[in-house]
Formats: sequence, structure tokens, C-alpha cells
Amino acid sequence: MMRIALLGLGSVGRGIARTILAKNLDITVTGLADSHSGIIDAGGIDLLAVLERKEAGGPCGSPGVSPADVVAEAEYDVLVEVTPTNVKTAEPALGYMRTALRRQKHVVTSNKGPIAIAYPELQALAKENGVFLKYEATVCGAIPLIHAITEGLAGNTISRLSGVFNGTCNYILTRMAAEGLTYEQALDEARELGYAEADPTYDVEGIDAAIKLVILANAVLDMRVTLDDVERTGITLLSPEALELAEDQDCTIRLIGEIIPGAGVLRVSPRIIGKAHPLVVEGTLNAVTVGADLAGDLTFIGKGAGSIETASAVIGDLLAIRERYVQGS
Amino acid sequence: MKLEMKDRPGQLVAALKPISAVGGNIKAVIHQRETPAVTETLDVQIVLELPEGRLPHLLDLFQEQGVSVVRIDEERLLYECTLIMIGHLMHTDLSDTVDCIDRTGSAEVTGLSLVMPAINAPSSARITIRSTTRAEMMKAIRILRGVAEQKSLLIIEPLEGA
Repeated sequence: MMRIALLGLGSVGRGIARTILAKNLDITVTGLADSHSGIIDAGGIDLLAVLERKEAGGPCGSPGVSPADVVAEAEYDVLVEVTPTNVKTAEPALGYMRTALRRQKHVVTSNKGPIAIAYPELQALAKENGVFLKYEATVCGAIPLIHAITEGLAGNTISRLSGVFNGTCNYILTRMAAEGLTYEQALDEARELGYAEADPTYDVEGIDAAIKLVILANAVLDMRVTLDDVERTGITLLSPEALELAEDQDCTIRLIGEIIPGAGVLRVSPRIIGKAHPLVVEGTLNAVTVGADLAGDLTFIGKGAGSIETASAVIGDLLAIRERYVQGS
Repeated sequence: MKLEMKDRPGQLVAALKPISAVGGNIKAVIHQRETPAVTETLDVQIVLELPEGRLPHLLDLFQEQGVSVVRIDEERLLYECTLIMIGHLMHTDLSDTVDCIDRTGSAEVTGLSLVMPAINAPSSARITIRSTTRAEMMKAIRILRGVAEQKSLLIIEPLEGA
């Protein structure tokens, strides 16, 4: 049995709880917190009851128990940190992760902030304490890209990584190309369908895609970069006429994130791309091509967001840790 | 550039050395099989890239080696790249934008398709640039990026280069 503490009961946290309930994964939740309340129960928390309380609009546990209490006091093997991303300071998630690692607890996260800002420090802290830090869910949701690069492609040198890292932008561009919509029309449609936030800046200015590049560069490509090192252009100025001009040449336009480690290239920008190119995916899908010296080019396509899809990446990390490192308790 | 020569014994070997001596890059060597077999010699075609201005020197070296060139088919602007620009293209002097590339001497704008949806609305253009080498193309694109920044234009580059 593996014991976890779950921080965050938003879309991803609830997806994880539902998956643990639905599948016989032998995972017990001994600590749990959302932003307002928490529970610590060494005997195992009743997740169904928690989800019902949450659905009814109530707090998940008692208001007297904070996330920090859960991290510092609960008995668990792995901290699962799935609170919202803060790209400026990475807090409060960063502090929770430090505490857990110092307590010699493994950490699994979907939170881009701490991994983009403090990966070298967190990884060193994990190593020092003999535990593991896993973050598959931070990049491209369900696509097991980090596992593929660090394990499946171990021994390869990665010469280039390029892809569609933001489903919101891909949806907008797909709709502009297919229906001749203006950027504003396509954005409104994306908002109605819940694919875009009320303030879409983070997605449409390419910030989200740039953060994913920073994570990949630091964590799997051995580069030392920050968000400021990414050359970034968003999609807000794209016109339906530009998409038509691309279409005339059997091409389209997609927001592409690109890393060329050898040339120091880190770039997010709209690019002209042949319609038959494997990175041209429809709707909110993500796609990434990895150029590896031994394996050649590999393209991964899948869902980049979603409750259960992101939970898939978190659960994958948890089971990988259990497989190798957690000796039953 | 395409060179055609008679395939006499030793000709091809004699031709290869001068090409590398002037910094040329051989892309393909093609024997013209359709030439009637009754003739003593076959045509051989060499497709190569040559730095600007080296052709006369190469032809001199060929002459010294006794290589006779039948025909030279020179294509100067080998590389092509198509980009899209969005913004106030006319108000920011489109012909000046084009001139910035043409002035390099080693890259030229060879095609332009402009769409102006409404007065005062940003226009969109597809621009085709041809250049002598890949490096010159990179240079032309860098120049265009600089101009675009000054004129607040959005440049959309192809994912795969020239």
C-alpha cells in the first residue's frame, strides 16, 4: 500500500481522487487539503465523502487544518501537489514541496510554477534526502513526454524538440483556419466551451507554452534557463487572411514551441507548417516531435489538459515511484 | 548549378578535385543514360553548389585538367523561403520592407501576395524570398525580423527552414 497526501482539489485533484476510487490501485490518501480546509487521517480518508462535500460546495475537511499542516504532520509516502500554478513566485506550492522533501517524502506534482522556477534546487533537495521528484503532469497533460525522454530515450542526444504545447491556442487556430473566424470570434468560442479562461493572456501570449519549454530545457535537456530566456510571440495578432494565405500553399499556422539545445534556441511563435506535418493536430490536442540521434524523430500526440487526463500522468508517476522505491508500510 | 561534360575515362575524377578546391559542394552526379550507346562518350551531369564568384576560377582549373564542359546551367538563387507578414504593411512602406531584403544582393523578394481586408485594418502578406545560400537566407530573415520589430509587424516564419 502506498500512502499519499493530496494538496489541491481542483480539476486535477478531483480527477486523481476519482481515479483512486474507480481503480484498484492500492493507494490510500492519509492527508488532503484544498485552499480552505484539510483532513489528516492515518487510517485513510473517505474520498467519496470528500468529493460529495466538495460537489455540494462545502469545504473538503476541517477549516482548522491547513495545507501546511497536512504537509508537515500527516504520515504519507508521497506528497501529490496539484494546487494552481503561480508562475511568479511558485508559492505556496514551492514551500510545501521543500518541507515534504526534507521530511524524506517523494513529491509528485502537476504544478508548473515550482518546476519551472526551482527545478535544480528541488532536484538537489530530493537527492540529498534520498527521495524522488516527479513532474510528468506539468508538460502536455496525458502525454508521457518526460518518461519517454528520460527513460525510453535514455542514451540518446536530443537535437531538437518542437511541438504544440498549448491546447487553447491550437483550438483557436484550428477554428480560424476551418471556419475563417477572426481571432476574437474563435477566442469567444473557446471561452464558451471552457477551453479559454476569462483572461486568456497566459495561453494566447504563449506564456504557458514558454513555461513548458523552460521545464523541458532544465529538467530533461540539462540546460539552465528561465522564462526570460524564451523568445515569445503569441497569436493575438493573427488574421484570418494570414491563415488563408498559408492555406493557398497547403499550409496552416500553429503556435509552435521549439528548443534546439545546441544552438541555444528557445522559442514560442506562430509558424507556417505544412498541413500534412505530424504536428498539425486538431482542436485542443497537444503534439511534440522529439529529434533524437539514435531513435530519429518521434512524434507524440495526445490530450494536453483535462481532469482525468492530467490525473493519468500523476498516477503514472506515483506507480513508477511505488514500483521502484516505496517499500510497503 | 548544373555542369554537363563528356564522360571520357578519367574526366569525372579530374573534374571533382577542382570543385572541392574552389569550395564547391557536389549535390549529385548523373549519367545521361538516354544518350545513344553507339556514341563513344556518355554525358555526365554534375549538380553542385558554388560560393558566389568562384565559377570563372573553376572553369580555369577545368581547362588545366583537360575537362571539357559542354553546358553550364546556373541557378543563382537556390534557396526559397515563404513567410507571412501581418500589420500595417502599406502605411509602414511595403516597398522599403522589400528593399531591405533586395539590398543584400544575395537574397531577393521574388513573390508577394497582399490581402487588405478593410481600410485601416491590418493587412496580411505572403512573401517569398530566394537566396544564394542557406546562410544568406538566415541573414535575410534576420533583417526582416529587425524591420518587422521597428514597424510593429508580425512575421510568421516556416517551421522547417529554407
